[in-house]
Amino acid sequence: METLTKTPISYKSAEEPRYKLIAENIVATYNGIEAVKNVSMKFRERAVTALIGPSGCGKTTFLRCLNRMHELSKGAKVVGKVLLDGQDLYSSREDAIIHRRKIGMVFQKPNPFPTMSIYDNVAAGLKLNGVRDKKIIDQIVQGCLEMVYLWDEVKHDLKKPGMSLSGGQQQRLCIARALAIQPEVLLMDEPASALDPIATQKIEEMINELKKEYTIIIVTHNMQQAVRISDYTGFMYLGDLVEFGETKQIFENPRNEITAKYVQGQFG
Amino acid sequence: MITIEQRAEFRKHFRNNIQSRLVTDRIIKGIVFGCVALAIIPLGSILLEVIRNGAPVLSIDFLTQPPGAVGSDQPGGIGPAIQGTLLLIGMSSLVGVPIGVLGGIFLSEYGNNRFGHAIRFFNDVLAEFPTIVIGLFAFVVIVLTLGYFSIIAGMFALSIIMLPIITRTTEESLKLVPVTYREAGYALGIKRWTVIFRILLTSAKSGLITGIMLSVARIGGETAPLIFTILGSSDFFTGFDQPMDALPLRIWRLSLLPYDTATAQGWGAALILILIVLSLNIGMRYLFLRKRGGGGRFRITTGG
Amino acid sequence: METVKLKGGSPVYDKVFKIASAIAATYILAIIVLIVFQLSSGSYLIWAHEGISFLTGSDWNAVEGSESYGAAPYITGTFVTAGLAMIIGVPISIGIAMFLSELAPKFLRSALSFVIELLAAVPSVIYGLWGMFVFRDYLRDWIETPLNNAFGNNVWFFSGTPFGLDIFTASVVLAIMIIPTIASISREIMIAVPNSQREAAYMLGATKWEVFKMAVIPYSKSGLVGASILGLGRAVGETMAVTMLIGNATGPQAFPTSLFGPGQTMSSIIANEFAEASQGSLHMAALIGVGLILFIVAIAINIVAQLLVSRVIKAHQGAVLA
Repeated sequence: METLTKTPISYKSAEEPRYKLIAENIVATYNGIEAVKNVSMKFRERAVTALIGPSGCGKTTFLRCLNRMHELSKGAKVVGKVLLDGQDLYSSREDAIIHRRKIGMVFQKPNPFPTMSIYDNVAAGLKLNGVRDKKIIDQIVQGCLEMVYLWDEVKHDLKKPGMSLSGGQQQRLCIARALAIQPEVLLMDEPASALDPIATQKIEEMINELKKEYTIIIVTHNMQQAVRISDYTGFMYLGDLVEFGETKQIFENPRNEITAKYVQGQFG
Repeated sequence: MITIEQRAEFRKHFRNNIQSRLVTDRIIKGIVFGCVALAIIPLGSILLEVIRNGAPVLSIDFLTQPPGAVGSDQPGGIGPAIQGTLLLIGMSSLVGVPIGVLGGIFLSEYGNNRFGHAIRFFNDVLAEFPTIVIGLFAFVVIVLTLGYFSIIAGMFALSIIMLPIITRTTEESLKLVPVTYREAGYALGIKRWTVIFRILLTSAKSGLITGIMLSVARIGGETAPLIFTILGSSDFFTGFDQPMDALPLRIWRLSLLPYDTATAQGWGAALILILIVLSLNIGMRYLFLRKRGGGGRFRITTGG
Repeated sequence: METVKLKGGSPVYDKVFKIASAIAATYILAIIVLIVFQLSSGSYLIWAHEGISFLTGSDWNAVEGSESYGAAPYITGTFVTAGLAMIIGVPISIGIAMFLSELAPKFLRSALSFVIELLAAVPSVIYGLWGMFVFRDYLRDWIETPLNNAFGNNVWFFSGTPFGLDIFTASVVLAIMIIPTIASISREIMIAVPNSQREAAYMLGATKWEVFKMAVIPYSKSGLVGASILGLGRAVGETMAVTMLIGNATGPQAFPTSLFGPGQTMSSIIANEFAEASQGSLHMAALIGVGLILFIVAIAINIVAQLLVSRVIKAHQGAVLA
């Protein structure tokens, strides 16, 4: 691939869009090597935005910049702004932990806390934030488990260890745990890649429901999944955002040559 | 479905406790730093005091002369103790290393079964064992049987102490050698024991040497087993059926004497002992860091 | 054309070799069995003389004609000093391990690990020497005397004028000696906790300490307990430093009555009195009997520790540095 011509970002101009999360000029490095090269994106509220691209394109690194997780890695640095409802998460002099809890995250492989019960897993973030009222915690736990379609399956025994659930259930438990801290935005890093097709389907249904009230950003290497569940898609390649737009347009009518090659499966 | 409004409601129950949590975090970090200091300070103090008190006593006479009469102004030196320690280390290794290496080979190459697991387990159990018990054991088995205190008894005790370490490090080093080395050897028709000796041990050489150095450093500093085996003496080595002196033993005996010259000599002996032990440890680390993973080359020799 | 002859070795040697290495490996098991046997026979006299009350009695009378020995004070002494060493040493070790696994920057990590290794390498007798002539004065002047002045009359374990060679000093030095063992194994165990666990905690907005509390400690709890028990095993078997610092009490006075009073452990009584006991005497049998008890206690502790930490210990002590 020769010179990368980036396609200007397109948004539907009909209505005045409301952006929950705006990333501006993000440059992310590992020990000086750029993994994300000056990427800016705007994420619509109550919508699902998918980040696609071949391995190593920087999509996961970019995702982790949105809730200040990237800087946890050794030798990692981030420059740029991430505005959540207008407030910059990277405004200096404030500890990152203040901002991380505003955005929930789900990882590729389910990672529930093995020594905690289902209830305690979901409530973990609440305890951190000092919520003492047991009734409120019960409410939140039930609400979150309902949202991930897990409530009916586990409500009879919430004290069971989190690890006793199946893989798909564990992942939904992790999503419930992330939702429990009442974030406005949910980041998902290939959440279904370690799951079987049926579990994957459950998660996709869940995402379709969740987007009615949450802003969801999902990294996926599965293009069909992106088509199924996302409203907007950003295609990244070698650390750059090559094209961004409505999912339909990206997949059916990509304007950039590299995008076209990728969505047609010519490289992966 | 928890709506945006409901989320705002729930968030009202979050306490604004970020600052106090950050303060707790910082306090814990301080405590942890304190723990680290508590470990470093004694080591610094020990090294400092040993050097400070031991260096003035060092001299050629001190290193080579036998001890003089207790409390006299001819305090003599610790020559026999140094000789004793070196002899003990050498002789114990003669026994401990072959048995330990063979045992380690067994565990690594033939030991993937219940018998091997049992041996491995008890090997580790004996690794950090009270050496005074081992010394008593050597006393009953060797000294009482033979009828005299001697270097043989000391050698017996120390070889038992070094055995688990050598066995374990040998096994670990052999396990680090890639399976492909073994497969290549067998594919060429070379018999198992030759593969082990010519190929595997050579590759695992640095790991083995590390283990031996580790165990030598360990037994060089042991005192308790020597109390019941070599007993201690003021003379140089006089025979395999005579008691003998060694550095740790002499340090202990000197520390019990009420004379300042004896105490000073004790520090001097401690300095020598620490130099031996620490240089073995430092040398071992340097050697291992250079050849991480038990590198080295193997050669297939042809012909006779 | 050159023919290359590979002498592979005869198959007979293979069999011989396998048997030889098996024998070498079994040597350890044989030694353990022999130890029990020999110590039992060596101490036979005392069991015949005192029976089970050797374990509970507290006499220590070597006078011909009215000889009587009881090991109870020394068993108690061992557990008291080892216990105190654990109370002091385990928290400090966990702190060091936490520093090494969670907080330390890379260059500090290996430097500090090296320092810990050096601490472990210092021979026991040198700890004793340093304790006797240097550390004990500090302990006596800065901790023991003030505590005795302030609480000596009210708190029983602060009573008695402190001279420095007592249970307290021995326990503190013992704590310093077991810290390397517990800290390095604990560090291995903490490092083994998968990063995905930590990330889950960070994602919820946890501070470093909260991540440690939520993700690392629960995951590594049993391993940390095992590491501590290994430290206990080391503390129980430690001889020279304790002997030189504990004050050498015998008989009923050896029962620990105050931190600042002299005491005696199983290992120290053997070291202290061996020279005075004539071979074949009841006194000697009593000392060997104490050795047998020590053997049983130590092996029980070590077996429990091993069961808890088996794999991780191998990685640490096999000189596979992390």
